[in-house]
Amino acid sequence: MEKVVLLGDEAVALAAIQAGLTAAYSYPGTPASEIMEFLIRNSGNGQKYTAKWCVNEKVACEEALGVSFAGKRALVSFKHVGLNVAADPFINSAITGANGGLVVVVADDPGMHSSQDEQDSRYYADFARILCLEPASHQEAYNMTREAFDLSEKFRIPVMIRLVTRLAHSRSSVETAAPREQNRDLPYGTWQDWTLLPGNARRRFRILLDRQKDLLEYSENTGYNQLVLNHAGGRLGVVVSGIAYNYFKEVAAALPAEPSHLKVSTYPFPVSKLRRLVEQVDEILVIEEGYPFIERFLRGVTGIPGKVIRGKMDGSLPATGELTPDLVARALGLPERAGLKTGEFKLAARPPQLCAGCPHADTYKALNEAIKDFPRPVVFSDIGCYTLGALPPYNAIQTCVCMGASVSMAKGGAEAGIHPSVAVIGDSTFAHSGITPLLDAAHSNTAMTVIILDNGTVAMTGTQPSFGTGEPLDRLVAGLGIDRNHLRVIVPLPRNHQENVKVIKEELSHNGLSVIIARRECVQIIGEKKRS
Amino acid sequence: MKYDIILAGVGGQGILSIAFVIDNAALEEGLFFKQAEVHGMSQRGGAVQSHLRLADGHIYSDLIPLGQADMILSVEPLETLRYFEYLKPDGAVVSSSTPYTNISDYPVLEEVFREIKKAPVHVLIDSEKLAREAGSVRAQNMVMLGAASRFLPLKEDSLKKYIQVLFEKRGAQVVQTNLRAFDLGRQAARA
Ligand SMILES: Cc1ncc(C[n+]2csc(CCOP(=O)(O)OP(=O)(O)O)c2C)c(N)n1
Ligand code: SF4
Repeated sequence: MEKVVLLGDEAVALAAIQAGLTAAYSYPGTPASEIMEFLIRNSGNGQKYTAKWCVNEKVACEEALGVSFAGKRALVSFKHVGLNVAADPFINSAITGANGGLVVVVADDPGMHSSQDEQDSRYYADFARILCLEPASHQEAYNMTREAFDLSEKFRIPVMIRLVTRLAHSRSSVETAAPREQNRDLPYGTWQDWTLLPGNARRRFRILLDRQKDLLEYSENTGYNQLVLNHAGGRLGVVVSGIAYNYFKEVAAALPAEPSHLKVSTYPFPVSKLRRLVEQVDEILVIEEGYPFIERFLRGVTGIPGKVIRGKMDGSLPATGELTPDLVARALGLPERAGLKTGEFKLAARPPQLCAGCPHADTYKALNEAIKDFPRPVVFSDIGCYTLGALPPYNAIQTCVCMGASVSMAKGGAEAGIHPSVAVIGDSTFAHSGITPLLDAAHSNTAMTVIILDNGTVAMTGTQPSFGTGEPLDRLVAGLGIDRNHLRVIVPLPRNHQENVKVIKEELSHNGLSVIIARRECVQIIGEKKRS
Repeated sequence: MKYDIILAGVGGQGILSIAFVIDNAALEEGLFFKQAEVHGMSQRGGAVQSHLRLADGHIYSDLIPLGQADMILSVEPLETLRYFEYLKPDGAVVSSSTPYTNISDYPVLEEVFREIKKAPVHVLIDSEKLAREAGSVRAQNMVMLGAASRFLPLKEDSLKKYIQVLFEKRGAQVVQTNLRAFDLGRQAARA
């Protein structure tokens, strides 16, 4: 046994390596990126196992599925919204089942520190009818990930590890166990299981449904789900899941006696244990990070006769945002303990902003000037550093929804009469989800302008490598059928401002599809290159 | 024993480097720690913070409850104030006095100082001046760590050892600059 200091993300990554990982795939996204960063750093240049960034989450998930088919262990990781993109292979991989252990790590972002929403991935696990493990600590993140591979092979289903930002990005020490070899002897999957023609799919789905009782039995028996009955603790019972358990333990120490409680760490959650807790108490408080997932099941439509259920649905805890020890303390009836106050003093906010010298800033300045004389222009944007163009001093964009949506929305907008209809999208986001809608627009030569901000990296999430950048990007775009006369490349620099304004103006006035590639390297990348 | 620290600053000021040194020094001295970091979006010149908890036993929560921090350690004065409600009544504020003015509505500096001085225990350090004296303005984070080391339940030697480890890759000169920054901060906190 060895003690190492790790982020929650890294504990998962190290566990996967030591569980005999053959290959791991991911697309960057906060708070999941550090899993793949750790895997790549420790792969001995890919000699020990494969660890690769992919073009998007769907591709990553399918590549992992191929590894599982081959009888080897695979890990795929991404942020919560990445699972939306990977939903198709994810749901269907529950039907094919896993051959080699397949672990899907999803990092949720309650509080939306770096995300568009705070969706709760436990619903996806439930929807796919697979097992979900939700660690409360770094040690559990390590242990559960190791076990997840075994469970995946035992039950022949993918297994989800659900992380949340606070665990993913918290650092602590972890004790590791002896590493295991990679799989050697598992045969490939059989075509009857893996070819989801309706006849096979119906049979496979039946098998998945029949598995549910085994999954439930696992949950009832695993030591991760601890039921603690404390008669001195009064008539309150607490159901507490994931990292909420830490907040509960932290603050419950201030109560005269610790209430009876059930720690839920695996899903489907342990129903009998939950019943046993409910029988012992009059009032149940459900504390979970994310949506009121357990609470909603517990309440059902009619509630439980004679029992009071409290949680996010009755306002005992806020329905949105991240939990804190203070919120949990309040829900347990403990007095507030706020420290010093700054009183009248007005704290100026300090939002994130584009770096000094950022190429996006020069593109926005040129775009703003080029577009200002049109009566009702719309700039549909996408997700990346350039989304900060929504804020002053740029105020340059009107939308940001999900990756790739800038191009598709600009097309829809143009078809609804918006002119000029502009999309701005980063190079990585373009590769992720912008190519297909641009093909769509090329097919109908829609009157719109797509500006690809090619800074050569995935900057927002920490400068990971981008796939569609530089000259190959120009050829890719041309290959989609964009008229070469309306495929322009500009260099966003202050000294090129007038020229860039002119190019953008020309293309905004073009009554057809234009693509402008604004190409200049992210200044952070330049800094990194200098340092190394 | 427990010691809870709020680390604060602006994205790019190196508060995670401070955390690295404290984490490892604590581990070396047989303590437990948990340290919640902020990555991603807010690192781009925005407000960043980290909750760092040290204890001689198991630590549950990654977050420090309000009113329970033993110290606010901040590389920027306005950022110091942002987390005041975390400080316990007799907690210490160790703050830089060098403003990072990348926002248009930065308050009047004197007023910021006046607020900071409302904390019963406070140390204001001209981190820019001392870092420059040490050899690099980028070493302000280590100046502040040096100042904080007066209060931390950790040995000076363990902290210095991990400053060494942290900067080793960048050469002996960078190590020396940062160790000097630490010493200057430590001296200033006594004065
Ligand atoms: C489906 C999905 N995956 C990942 C993310 C996280 N994410 C936000 S922006 C971004 C990529 C940004 O790269 P790019 O488009 O090249 O812009 P840059 O930040 O470099 O300017 C990623 C991966 C997300 N929001 N949604
Ligand atoms: S990281 Fe790069 S792309 Fe992002 S704001 Fe800074 S310079 Fe611009």
